[in-house]
Amino acid sequence: MHIVVCIKQVPDSAQIRVHPVTNTIMRQGVPAIVNPYDLFSLEEALRLKDKYGGRVTVLTMGPPMAEAALRKCLAYGADEAVLVTDRAFAGSDTLATSFALASAIRQIQNDMAVDLVFAGKQTIDGDTAQVGPGIAKRLDLQLLTYVSKIESLDLEKREITVHRRAEGGVQVLKTKTPALITMLEGVNEMRFATMPNMFRAARYPLKVWDKDAAGIEDVTKIGLKGSPTIVSKVFAPTAKSQKASMIETESGDPRDIAITLLTKLFTQHPKLEKEIGKRAA
Amino acid sequence: MAEHFDAIVIGAGPSGNAAAYTMAKGGLKVLQLERGEYPGSKNVQGAILYSDALERMIPDFREDAPLERHIIEQRMWILDDNSHIASHYRSEEFNKQPYNRYTILRAQFDKWFSTKVQEAGALVINETTVTDLLMDKNRVIGVRTDRVDGEIYADVVVLADGVNSLLAKKAGFHAELQPKDVALAVKEIHFMPTETVESRFNISGDEGVVIEMAGKITKGMMGTGFLYTNKESLTVGVGCMLSDFKASKVSPYTLLDEMKQHPSIKPLLAGGEMKEYTAHLIPEGGYEAMPQIYGDGWMIVGDSGMFVNAVHREGSNLAMTTGRIAAETVLTLKEARKDLSARNLSAYRAALDETFVMKDLKKYRRMPGVFHKNPQFFTDYPDLVSQAARTMLTVDGIDKKTKEKQIRKEFSSRRSLVGLLGDAFKMWRAFE
Repeated sequence: MHIVVCIKQVPDSAQIRVHPVTNTIMRQGVPAIVNPYDLFSLEEALRLKDKYGGRVTVLTMGPPMAEAALRKCLAYGADEAVLVTDRAFAGSDTLATSFALASAIRQIQNDMAVDLVFAGKQTIDGDTAQVGPGIAKRLDLQLLTYVSKIESLDLEKREITVHRRAEGGVQVLKTKTPALITMLEGVNEMRFATMPNMFRAARYPLKVWDKDAAGIEDVTKIGLKGSPTIVSKVFAPTAKSQKASMIETESGDPRDIAITLLTKLFTQHPKLEKEIGKRAA
Repeated sequence: MAEHFDAIVIGAGPSGNAAAYTMAKGGLKVLQLERGEYPGSKNVQGAILYSDALERMIPDFREDAPLERHIIEQRMWILDDNSHIASHYRSEEFNKQPYNRYTILRAQFDKWFSTKVQEAGALVINETTVTDLLMDKNRVIGVRTDRVDGEIYADVVVLADGVNSLLAKKAGFHAELQPKDVALAVKEIHFMPTETVESRFNISGDEGVVIEMAGKITKGMMGTGFLYTNKESLTVGVGCMLSDFKASKVSPYTLLDEMKQHPSIKPLLAGGEMKEYTAHLIPEGGYEAMPQIYGDGWMIVGDSGMFVNAVHREGSNLAMTTGRIAAETVLTLKEARKDLSARNLSAYRAALDETFVMKDLKKYRRMPGVFHKNPQFFTDYPDLVSQAARTMLTVDGIDKKTKEKQIRKEFSSRRSLVGLLGDAFKMWRAFE
């Protein structure tokens, strides 16, 4: 079995700030991490490998410094790592990125057929959730997003059954492999790397591919040229400066406080009272 | 199959990096283990870089090391509650290359240093904590980490694990730190536009200013404050002996907060945005508190060996020098195919004795004791000196001779003549 896990190195968004004067994102000094959503997919892939054997290849497109993110994944237990990096990729949006990654996965296929592709649900820097589905479309893979559990995998019949979180419930879906899966956050916990894996990750000769090695011929599909999305403006929303008002009652009884709060709310938003009244009726 | 190395270095601070770099450069198979997420993530320092110690290892470090500003002006301030009396030394000589001192931001500098270590050929593994030293009778033969299958073997283990050196303590090489031998320092980095930094400190280009402060900002505790200029930020902090914090019950952040409100300091920080807050212990026990620094198969370098010159605010240069000399000792012994026993590793201590590290630490061996027993250096004197200056500078129709008499009287009323002479003698003895 061969699983490819697509990951992205992202700035730790918890530590990012917008420059107060220029409105640009200040990345200086912000540590780079593996996109947290990707780790749920990687862990699930590693669990499948533990169960069925085979190979896990991690793949990323990014600047040379993304090497650190790949090595981290190797330490967790991935077997191979491919970094697709080329100046020609600069400015890629999700359309161009999915094109480049799909192309790289085809190259990885040449070495060993791929049964499953995992991607993060979304990234914490772009938040689009488009690259995974984009790859699935380009490689004609079955698409399983928001997966909370992999129920079963039949390598003989090439069938996979998963639980997918949907609005209002859980769907149990069965489909054919190869498929592309994005895992829901919180459904597993990343393992602690073993010492031998730490050594292997530190010494692993990384596969670094430029656009040619990734099998990309049409340069109009990558980088700025291949990206219809234009970021016209970035700005920090102005912080709201409304003051909190304290709700106090003489008795201090929670029930009285609730009633006072509701009265206050309904006076300010009469429509809300009507709406809630209607629903209650 | 457990891994085996010529040397394992524990910690990726200045001393660990110096040791790993020197040994790897010398062709040894070196493993460096760092518990932080990346080298430098756990490291805290003022931070002034003294070129010499680094230059001896990496002569062309100026080409790509992330340096903030080279220091052209040193200010020494003595502060009472609302004034400061100062000496400034600024010299165009400090503008001549190669520069001698720089301000740095440690998070960036340590990352750079670590890439040098890796380029030299050492294997660096982060996020891995050494939990135990592996022993064969009295000899250290390797380490155990917090990871599954975590035993790793080596001919020598260099302990560069910092001020607390839990490992050395656990192995019994090191007694528990005494609060009187450690300072606790807190610092903040305040960001502001480069132009603001330059105009506030009368500097341009990469020029920088350092302010060292003593006096009532430490509320009678033994310690000092500092303020350094970086490219587009200021580093401000204060450190006092842990035993004093304990006795005074003053919290370190309150001390720093109040120091920032001092009328001499507040305008320098105005408009800045605080981006980083850190606290760290500094081993300031000096020569008298130094542990055994080598044994069968092990050596201690940097903060874990108390290698800090508290009087001159030097630490990272001692760290780098001890790391380098420990490494050179190993290289020499390896080359001569000699065993890395305590007997042979004693060459490390002997070599250190010949450097500024031991000479300076020996010179100031009495200093911590003097300051501990004589808090007046941090309370009465700043007041008196400041008052004297104010008396002389206030033009109010009183003749200078009377003013001098007044000042003398102030001094002898606060501190008896015997006390004054005694203090002078103590300082002379300690500095001698």
